[in-house]
Amino acid sequence: MEWLLALVIGVITATGVYLTLRARTFPVVLGLTLLAYGVNVFLFAMGRLTIGHPAVISSTAGAYSDPLPQALVLTAIVIAFGMTAFLIVLALKARSELGNDHVDGLDLAKDELPLEQNNMSKEQENKTLKVNSAGD
Amino acid sequence: MHLAAWPVFLPLIAGFIVLLAKAKGLQWQRAISLLSVAGLIVLSVTLINASSSGAYQVYLLGNWIAPFGIVLVLDQLSALMVTITAVLALAALIYAIANNVDKKGPHFHVMFLLLLFGINGAFLTGDLFNLFVFFEVLLLASYGLLLHGSGRQRTKAGLHYVIINMVGATLFLFAVGALYGVLGTLNIADMAARVARLPEQDAALVAAAGLLLLVVFGIKAALFPLYLWMPIAYSNTAAPVAAMFAIMTKVGLYAIIRVHGTIFGDDAGSLAHFYMPWLLGLGLLTLVLAALGVMASRRLREQVAYLVLASVATLLIAVGLNNPLALSATLYYIIHSTMIAGGLFLLADIISRGRGSFEDRFESGYAMPGAIFIGAMFMFGAIAMTGIPPLSGFFGKVLILSASLDHHWSDLVMTVVLVAGFIMIISMARSGSRLFYQVLPADETDNKSGDNGATYKPLNRVSNVAVISLFVMSPLLVLFAQPITAFTESTAKQQFDSKRYIESVLSKQAVTGSKE
Repeated sequence: MEWLLALVIGVITATGVYLTLRARTFPVVLGLTLLAYGVNVFLFAMGRLTIGHPAVISSTAGAYSDPLPQALVLTAIVIAFGMTAFLIVLALKARSELGNDHVDGLDLAKDELPLEQNNMSKEQENKTLKVNSAGD
Repeated sequence: MHLAAWPVFLPLIAGFIVLLAKAKGLQWQRAISLLSVAGLIVLSVTLINASSSGAYQVYLLGNWIAPFGIVLVLDQLSALMVTITAVLALAALIYAIANNVDKKGPHFHVMFLLLLFGINGAFLTGDLFNLFVFFEVLLLASYGLLLHGSGRQRTKAGLHYVIINMVGATLFLFAVGALYGVLGTLNIADMAARVARLPEQDAALVAAAGLLLLVVFGIKAALFPLYLWMPIAYSNTAAPVAAMFAIMTKVGLYAIIRVHGTIFGDDAGSLAHFYMPWLLGLGLLTLVLAALGVMASRRLREQVAYLVLASVATLLIAVGLNNPLALSATLYYIIHSTMIAGGLFLLADIISRGRGSFEDRFESGYAMPGAIFIGAMFMFGAIAMTGIPPLSGFFGKVLILSASLDHHWSDLVMTVVLVAGFIMIISMARSGSRLFYQVLPADETDNKSGDNGATYKPLNRVSNVAVISLFVMSPLLVLFAQPITAFTESTAKQQFDSKRYIESVLSKQAVTGSKE
């Protein structure tokens, strides 16, 4: 049982890491979600694996399972949920503003070009300006 | 009685009220948010007074005693950090209101107050998982603030910032989970007590989890391999938000001092201070790269972001020196660098507005209106930040370097700090002369068809006041160096005495007896 759980956590986390390192926002969102799943199961396992024990005090129980990791997981789920929702909205916003879904926004706009190129284009503009004014 | 809880709940309550006051209009929101930040300053002075006796004020949330419930712990260190935050927040808020930054999108004030809620909570909590929750609160508020006013560059920087911090949150949970699995507690004091009697076979696992936690705090504090998000994010956001971010890197630093300093303190056996070489080494590397970044920056805001990185690196080095004297110097330098960095971010925005379409790029532009006054402020800020004698940056560095004398790496520390300082002085002198001296002749303005005049926004007196109120801290830090260093020294001593911290937290009795 333990090795199965360890394997599951490992595979989920590894998948999450792989997807997070991808270059497009959608796989990154999926990767972060999987990482959150992995860490939730991990937190749960840190309270030790017990079967059939209650978490709250009862007069008939012989032993208890640790209730704290369950509370932690609940908090972590809520936070990860909210963060993922925010990230999806941000990824959509980035997609519409940057024109593509690359995490670095690959297609560079004019004001993002390296400074030298930018300067060159400005100088050209200046020249044309001067030519125009000279023509006048 | 409830003193330790107020700095956390005041911004939260005010945040809710501001949200409701939206219907009443922006003026109401501004008034409430200004009032509550001013209230925070008053409160933080009270906190400093209450904590200066050296006693720990432990606040049991929900009246659950220590290892079972969540505690808030007020000591000199947290009182100091809360005070710095409040002062910086007031200046940033005044600047935001004076320049109508809060009009550029809804809910600026709500997010601002929730950011303060998260930061103050992180400074006061005595529980590791609660620290995680407050980190998430302040991060979510900072995501909103970072993207406030939008813009393509800002969205791109925001995306990186959000993703790296979400990865950080996951790592935080892995570290917390591993520590809980071994130690069986989340209360920082209780964890420290249990690490002290840890069986030898578990030491490696706790050390691994501790270093994972260092990675998480390193992301927040912008430690060497993890700082790449920071200059981009800081240089692309609105000025008051960037100024507030000057304290956010210090939250990571504070977490290292508090969590690692307490859990892996003198009593931790084989794990005592095991993370220090990492901190010192990576801090030195960060400082070198930050100095190069300062030199290579093409825009003033980017340069200021790298200066913040350099100051954080200096602080990490000072913490890594691992003695009470160095920690005292760290605290002195935290006050100085937070105020000056915040002021410089605001000043960079003023300069950027004054230069019209040239913004804050290091190109020769037209002379800005009021150049002498703004230039004088820039020179003042640059002197303070790079650590040239009359101002507090110099004193902070002297304190740190003199604390490093006994360390066996002291030659390396001296060399790196001084050379990095030299590089930064040259870069700041160069950018100052670029921005203020090498101006284009004014008669070309006609050809440019109002390029200068059209985008020029009249300078705002109130925003200058915000910058000056932050910069004035630097001479004050020098003039009152004696009482301030006395305070930071007793703070450092208190922080190194983790036994008393553990005792005070774990022995705190629940409030008994009802009102009847």
